[in-house]
Amino acid sequence: MNALLFNSTLVVYAAATAIYLMYMVKPKETLGKAGQWVTLAGFLVHCGFTLHRYLAAGHTPITNLHESLSFFSLAVVGIFILFERRYKVFILGSFVMPLALLILAISASFSSVIPPLNPALKSKWLAVHTGMAFLGYAAFAISFGVSIMYLIQSHFLKKRKLGPMFQKLPPLDMLDDISYRCLTFGFPLLTFAIISGAIWAETAWGTYWSWDPKETWSLITWFIYAALLHGRLTTGWRGRKAAMLSIFGFAVVLFTFLGVNLLLGGLHSYK
Amino acid sequence: MNIIVVGLSHKTAAVEIREKVAFAPTQMEKPLNAVVALPDITEAVIVSTCNRVEIYATTRDVAGGMARLKRFLADYHGLELETLEKHLYSYHGEDATRHVFRVASSLDSMVVGEPQILGQIKTSYGYAAEYKSSGIILNRFLHKAFSVAKRVRTETKIASSAVSVAFAAVELAKKIFGELSDKTVLLIGAGEMCELAAKHFINTGVRGVMVTNRTFERAEKLAQEFDAKPIKFEDLLDQLPKADIILSSTGAPHFILHEKEVAEVIRRRRMKPMFFIDIAVPRDIDPKVNDVENVYLYTVDDLNGVVATNLEQRKIEAAKAEAIVEQEIGQFFKWLSSLEVTPTIVALRTRFDEIRKAEVAKTLAGWKNLPPDAEKRLEALTNAYMNKLLHQPTSVLKKTDQGNRNDLYVDALRNLFDLEAGEQQANLIDLED
Repeated sequence: MNALLFNSTLVVYAAATAIYLMYMVKPKETLGKAGQWVTLAGFLVHCGFTLHRYLAAGHTPITNLHESLSFFSLAVVGIFILFERRYKVFILGSFVMPLALLILAISASFSSVIPPLNPALKSKWLAVHTGMAFLGYAAFAISFGVSIMYLIQSHFLKKRKLGPMFQKLPPLDMLDDISYRCLTFGFPLLTFAIISGAIWAETAWGTYWSWDPKETWSLITWFIYAALLHGRLTTGWRGRKAAMLSIFGFAVVLFTFLGVNLLLGGLHSYK
Repeated sequence: MNIIVVGLSHKTAAVEIREKVAFAPTQMEKPLNAVVALPDITEAVIVSTCNRVEIYATTRDVAGGMARLKRFLADYHGLELETLEKHLYSYHGEDATRHVFRVASSLDSMVVGEPQILGQIKTSYGYAAEYKSSGIILNRFLHKAFSVAKRVRTETKIASSAVSVAFAAVELAKKIFGELSDKTVLLIGAGEMCELAAKHFINTGVRGVMVTNRTFERAEKLAQEFDAKPIKFEDLLDQLPKADIILSSTGAPHFILHEKEVAEVIRRRRMKPMFFIDIAVPRDIDPKVNDVENVYLYTVDDLNGVVATNLEQRKIEAAKAEAIVEQEIGQFFKWLSSLEVTPTIVALRTRFDEIRKAEVAKTLAGWKNLPPDAEKRLEALTNAYMNKLLHQPTSVLKKTDQGNRNDLYVDALRNLFDLEAGEQQANLIDLED
């Protein structure tokens, strides 16, 4: 049952991605609407999968790479649905859904067996700490997708290449705005994830902060986004510079999440 | 019944001619009544715009009808038919349908894809409907033309891109800023193109307009015209951070804005994007300004380039539109011919029956010592004979499949048997609108 729900989600996301890519080639209202509905359907199945796994395992299903990647993908799609309703630009899906599908596909490559819960994770903090961290990551992921769109569109405008792709992409200011909103959404979540992690660490490991690689890299990520938001509010880092920094920030997020787990080890390396 | 079109347009007549044959839109009753009063003309619609004057009519007599419409155009406006005739075109049948469908779809317009023409035809049709000069055929015909135009608009991108420099500037600004309602436009200098672009921005809806000029009086004068705020030229750099969209066309022989200044301005704006449009020749703004972060600089040549590509694009879209028009012509003709099938069959049967009855009566009159059932038998025999004869042609006429040229058969039958023009009936085939 669990595998069925997971595979169904994968198939529906693939369909949504295909529809959104078709929309990029031929921007018809009906295609965009279809993408929206298929995405919503996929999201609901994905929620079903997550809930089912929660009940089957008896704890928040964010304890290994298979689960956390799946939850990451779920959060990306969820936040994307919110933003698409708000801004009504289907083309966003052509950039975000492939990303969500990719994350879920990587999740599929890890074992889906429910392992016995690591005793260290047996805590009410698991849901709060990991949930907020991945919601934050998801917001950064969307900011990343939108920033890529911004750089493409800004390049077209600077070089005066006003082709069909230029026509399909939304206005620069709108992209800048979406990216900024994602950051203001993701940054507090990351902050709380780090704080809740510290509190949890104190109860579980006896110390708030132990400079474990995950902790160190989370802090680096936090500083990058803090700098980005600070720069925007004070000297007005926006447009191209903000977009490039957001892309860089997301690369660091990926390293904090995957790189640390797979390469650096430490207390946080749940696989 | 045939549809005919007689008229002239920007393609066949200069404005000096067109204005002479134009009809005043507020006084359409008189000419419409005059046209339907012409012999053999049953329905009429007159379209009169600054680019074309056309009469759409229905008639049985194509050549005669066209000649009468031409004569009417000349007489009504007090012109010599000989001088007017060389500017007139006339179409009938499929060509007339194609012409009107193309006109309504803006394929025959001066700027292909411009949207006004459809509204103008709708208004013209409104007058014809009001004064009852259009009937079942032209009603259907024009509604079909409107739906073809709508299909062309939704299925092709014929009208989706800007084809004037001023519009291209507005479109580009929208691609940078999205909403323009909270943006400020600054005009530097004056000039026809610059003012035109400013008007387009104002029509689109911007928050405010500022105007500056080397001579402050001129800035004030222009500011009044646009309900804008005049600015002293010396204050340009101070005020520049407030402007999002800058239209520049001074007569200065050198650049008035340089990279360094603009970089400073954008910093003071906290990096909010700026859109410079340099319409001046020689240029006002150093091209290096385009390298400044979040600044986009377009010259008049760049905008012309945009317009040229859009026009190219329109040509491609126009080809798609033509294909749609061809498709719809066939559909319309099917309906048109179906209109006449039933009255023709009825008329044909009536004609045959008259002959039959006359001959039976003649035979009976000169026949002595009739057996008691002779009259009945004679009736039965002649009836059966007539029905057998008519069965095949009737069933061919009723066929409605593609490629069946009912219109040709109807015409042939009417001529061969000298049938009366029957009353038009409601459509027999339901066409998709």
